[in-house]
Amino acid sequence: MLPVRRKGSSSAKAARRQTSLVPAGLLQNAFGEIRDRREKALGKSIRAAGIAAISAWALAAGGAMAQAPTTLTMGVGSPVTSLDPHYHQLSPNNAVSDMIFDKLVETDDKARMQPGLASEWRAVGPTVWEFKLRPNVRFHNGSAFTAEDVVFTLQRLPNVPNSPSSFAAYSRPIVRMEIVDPLTIRFHTASPYPLLPLDMTNVRIIDAQTHANATTEGFNSGQLAIGTGPFRVVQHRSGDRIEFERNNEYFDGVSPFERVSYRMVTNDAARTAALLAGDLDFIDQVPTTDLARLRNDQRLNISETVGLRLIFLGLDHLRAANENSPLITDNDGRPLGRNPLKDVRVRRALSIAIDRTAITSRLMEGAATPAGQFLPPGTFSHVPDVQAPAYDPDGARRLLAEAGYPNGFRIQLNSPNDRYINDARIAQAVGQMWTRVGVRTAVEAQTWATFVGRAGRQEYSAFLIGWGSNPDGSHPMRNIIGTVSREKGWGASNRGRYSNPELDALLDQALVELDEKKREEMLIRIQRMAAEDVAVIPIHIQTNIWAMRRNLTHAARVDELTRAQDVRPAAAR
Amino acid sequence: MSVYLLRRLIQALGVVFAMSVIVFIGVYAIGDPVEILISPDADQIERERAVRALGLDLPLWQQYLVFLGKALRGDLGNSFVFNEPALQLILQRMPATLELAIAATFGAVLIGLPLGLYAGLRPNSVGSKAIMAGSILGFSLPTFWVGLMLIMVFAVQLGWLPSTGRGDTAEFLGLQWSFLTLDGLSHLLMPALNLALFKISLVIRLTRAGVRETMLMDYVKFARAKGLSPFRVTFVHVFKNILIPVVTVTGLEFGSTIAFSVVTESIFAWPGMGKLIIDSINVLDRPVIVAYLMIIVLLFITINLIVDLTYSLLDPRVRLEGK
Repeated sequence: MLPVRRKGSSSAKAARRQTSLVPAGLLQNAFGEIRDRREKALGKSIRAAGIAAISAWALAAGGAMAQAPTTLTMGVGSPVTSLDPHYHQLSPNNAVSDMIFDKLVETDDKARMQPGLASEWRAVGPTVWEFKLRPNVRFHNGSAFTAEDVVFTLQRLPNVPNSPSSFAAYSRPIVRMEIVDPLTIRFHTASPYPLLPLDMTNVRIIDAQTHANATTEGFNSGQLAIGTGPFRVVQHRSGDRIEFERNNEYFDGVSPFERVSYRMVTNDAARTAALLAGDLDFIDQVPTTDLARLRNDQRLNISETVGLRLIFLGLDHLRAANENSPLITDNDGRPLGRNPLKDVRVRRALSIAIDRTAITSRLMEGAATPAGQFLPPGTFSHVPDVQAPAYDPDGARRLLAEAGYPNGFRIQLNSPNDRYINDARIAQAVGQMWTRVGVRTAVEAQTWATFVGRAGRQEYSAFLIGWGSNPDGSHPMRNIIGTVSREKGWGASNRGRYSNPELDALLDQALVELDEKKREEMLIRIQRMAAEDVAVIPIHIQTNIWAMRRNLTHAARVDELTRAQDVRPAAAR
Repeated sequence: MSVYLLRRLIQALGVVFAMSVIVFIGVYAIGDPVEILISPDADQIERERAVRALGLDLPLWQQYLVFLGKALRGDLGNSFVFNEPALQLILQRMPATLELAIAATFGAVLIGLPLGLYAGLRPNSVGSKAIMAGSILGFSLPTFWVGLMLIMVFAVQLGWLPSTGRGDTAEFLGLQWSFLTLDGLSHLLMPALNLALFKISLVIRLTRAGVRETMLMDYVKFARAKGLSPFRVTFVHVFKNILIPVVTVTGLEFGSTIAFSVVTESIFAWPGMGKLIIDSINVLDRPVIVAYLMIIVLLFITINLIVDLTYSLLDPRVRLEGK
């Protein structure tokens, strides 16, 4: 069942009520939590719950705020596993790498490209990109930054031993690198490659002198974690914390904080409690259950932005119209003899049967936006007139009847239960909504480790999954709805095996179009096709949320990265 | 005695071997580490590279043989996630966990024994009834809830104690310890108390039951009839005899505190082994899981051995040679 939203009231009244209700609420939450934990076995262990109540108590506790600190203590929810910027492509690692290293092309908080170590770049020929490098940049150890370091970095990408997920894909399109002068470099590609600047936003530059023969262990020990970035590593205690001091020579604005303590506090409840207790100044991944109360806390600031992570349903496109889909049967549990998901009317019916607003407002407590396409407004190739499909259960029943399923059918909806915010609960809500229009849905939620393997082997008929995009439509398109192809490297996350030759042909063109305007038009056409054909069923785009003490402000990033350079002392009031 | 030790050692090796086989098959059955670790936009070429890099391209039995070969040379493999030797990763985090477990167990015995003794000697007094009622709470309240309550009261409300992390450490015997600094001690207090609560209750109940039973024994009656002082009766004749179950349970509890203090460690963000193993299981970091469980098996076997040796010290009737 969807949780009942507490009716709004004035904040003072709400605070009073919360304070008085605390012990009961906490008990309830706490015991609910044990049940969850048992059900999840060794899932994401104990997730937050009791915290909602903790914050309410804290309201009563009150307390004076400290002055703008010289040390910033941050608590992050996901552990950082390595300081090697090219070892594991993983958001928490990338966030920390961004504090130590710089990239040729940076992205701002809205994921728009900005000059970084390169001051400008342009395509000087159909297959040649030229980057002008910023002069007078030095690494933390004084070594000068030149084009040679760029070459060295790109050569290292495919050669990091034992990397479980490498950055090699960003150097692969480049067939030759040409150093024109120490501050100018040209990349030659085999075919026109418009995404090269975007790729460069993922490559952190290291130093050819310092890092010759550098190993991942060397970076992890902190000794070789030397970049050009705004912070230098003082100490790395793996799985616990990273201590930074600021780089006073940083070219793009020196941090107001002398020191940054970057701590990994993976338990949601503990992280929020530590913020309330004053042990942390800043936290990320604020649990949605605590959001309303943290907003009311006078001692705290919340920063948030619509992110780039779409939650959607993948559907079985692999089985032909006359084959059985693995987890679909007729209403008596017998094989159906056909795959209803191959009929666009059925897919559309399943999409409009979902009340997205109910999910985002109640289940997600407002921390998500209903979606009808891959990217949020304001990004390259977002289509303004493709809206989130409106909730229309009657229309869904009509469409199902038209498609020959007046009495519906039975389906199993699979979902992870420890991966995305409220993942299993969203799946349950969708299951109930589908059942309401006649598609009797059984929901099965599993730990991500099991789920992702089975989804990748096409064992599911319908499944809930998420996608964190680059801010360019071609990224989700080639990975989620492009036909799986080893040669082109497409369809890496096309777990439903969607395939549309017309769409593929257009995507082929878009991926070699250097004119950004034309390219965007093509991507918009592809997005329209995908929405029309209901290739996947988008549900919502998550909101990224951070919480901090009142004397701090933060530029909320759409890419979810938690970095100290985005935090500033608040202007004095 | 040496035959006994040798036999225990062979048993231990057998258990370790069996455990490693089970974990290998178990992790294989759960899922594919590459699917979890790899970036979702990695293409097929990158996937194949990652599979090879992690040594997962071989059939399972060959992977196991490779592991076994290396293990015999003392190398339990590199963590998929950290690219550091699994053994080293675990040993780095071990002092934090050991410290917590020792503090909790020590606290449990220090608080539990006297209270249990009192409750056993004066079963009908108000004080001992209060102790027994309290021990029921200690038993039945879930650790993480108590942990959150502790944080709420002592860190959020009163602001006396820090809510998270390990605090300052000082080096001793080449390792970092919290209990040597004031800041470290203040960080240690709440998590240790949280872990100890259950054990305190356990020790209280065991001690009380033991005392009540022993007090009725003939030798105690005789000692009293002989005119020995109540002090001597309690601490020589009664106390020694009730220690065997207490030692057994404390030993086993100590082991499980080290191995499974996951909940407390994650609530207090204590950088110990428990957090490591949970994170490793979530991403199917097999080398770490295998190495961790091997260490835990060895740990339990060692603790059991020490418990057995303690028996023979406490009770001369216990012989270790067996048949």
